[in-house]
Amino acid sequence: MPVKVLIPTPLRSYTEQQPAMSLAGTTVGDVLSELTTRYPSLYRHLYNDDGKLRSYVNVYVNGQDIRYLQKEQTRVEENDTVSIIPSIAGGRKV
Amino acid sequence: MRTAGREIIAEEVQLSREEIRRYGRHLIMPEVTLAGQQKLKAASVLLIGMGGLGSPVSLYLAAAGVGRIGLVDFDTVDSTNLQRQIIYTSQDVGRRKTDSARERIKDANPYVEVQTFDTLLRSDNAMDICGDFDIIIDGTDNFPTRYLVNDVCVLLGKPNVYGSIFRFEGQASVFAAKDGPCYRCLYPEPPPPGLVSSCAEGGVLGVLPGIVGTIQATEALKLILGIGQSLIGQLLLIDALSMQFRQLKLQKNPDCPICGNNRTIHKLIDYEQFCGVRVQATGEEQHGIPHATVQELKSRLDAGDDLLLVDVREPHEYEIVNIGAQLIPLGQLPHRVHELDSSRDIVVHCHHGGRSARAVQYLRELGFRKVWNLHGGIDAWAVEIDPSLQRY
Repeated sequence: MPVKVLIPTPLRSYTEQQPAMSLAGTTVGDVLSELTTRYPSLYRHLYNDDGKLRSYVNVYVNGQDIRYLQKEQTRVEENDTVSIIPSIAGGRKV
Repeated sequence: MRTAGREIIAEEVQLSREEIRRYGRHLIMPEVTLAGQQKLKAASVLLIGMGGLGSPVSLYLAAAGVGRIGLVDFDTVDSTNLQRQIIYTSQDVGRRKTDSARERIKDANPYVEVQTFDTLLRSDNAMDICGDFDIIIDGTDNFPTRYLVNDVCVLLGKPNVYGSIFRFEGQASVFAAKDGPCYRCLYPEPPPPGLVSSCAEGGVLGVLPGIVGTIQATEALKLILGIGQSLIGQLLLIDALSMQFRQLKLQKNPDCPICGNNRTIHKLIDYEQFCGVRVQATGEEQHGIPHATVQELKSRLDAGDDLLLVDVREPHEYEIVNIGAQLIPLGQLPHRVHELDSSRDIVVHCHHGGRSARAVQYLRELGFRKVWNLHGGIDAWAVEIDPSLQRY
């Protein structure tokens, strides 16, 4: 089932500047796996060496943090939106 | 009103005839009125960082009549700031930011008291500086200070009006309010140094901090007035390119080390160490990334050594200035790595040395042995070796 995946600006250099795409999967884990198969250089920006999602990369399904759902086992349905939201630092150095 | 655990006694604050005339457009709104304007005058707001975000926030809060505004910044105005830091003018280049900002704010509204702190915000001064203000505005650009501001706000029980920007994208929220989540609930740990680009490296649309900063100013005013729905427990995402605003629901993390049920952080820590910054600062060699200085590169080139120079910036940056290196943008490196001869000595450079450090690390992981990062990038080369080069 295709779901919409939104790629944040800092990670778009690894997705050929694509801001959004439609990917198949029944869980968040499936969808992210499909994403990193398509764009292998994205993998290490999403996952640590143990294959766990990095703690400064948050994933939301329709505006809900998957950490408070079923994490990567969170099920997705057609027309759901998966957002990847990494921490960004911009502003002023003090 | 109650913003920070201490009551602001707005009734004791009087507005002069001139002030009442000045704030007329506020006073006629039922959500503000004279009582609200008195609250604004009785309130104090501290801005951490007087850059792209701090510029509009401070000007709007001053214009709105917030009684006392604090500014923290250790830096001087640089010409590359002027593309977005609208509180400064071309004549301010070289001046202390806190000095020029204070003057501009007093010009905008002489009824506002401005306190300046020409210093780095550190673990040993943050509690004292922040303790004297009702609301803290986070306009920083680096993770150590961001976590420091968060922790100070949680420990002091003061709302942290957060904003962050990158290229065309921004985030805003209100953290550390009573019963609301904090920044650590959202991001328990910072990214390792170098993995996430800064604005200096990735760029930022000049107007973006204007959008995000005015949202931060709005949130601060709402907190003071006690009106509306605030961004507490909400992360506002702004994409200026598609002009879409989205809100994500944030939850208080019960396991948060500073605001959760079993707190492990009870006082400020060493934030540079927490963010891994110091390890890098004491030498990239220790971090596994060998580097060469621009002087070393110059001597080797002058000596006629066989060196392959690789530039991992983007083509549009190469167009601004280059030193004749082979251009392979960082994002293309994985599928263009075969273009590099691993038997040759390779020096990789970018603008300031951040992206090239990642490239060197990547190449070393692939088995390249003779590869070095050019410390300070092409900018250091322009400053120390060839001043005729265009800086940007």
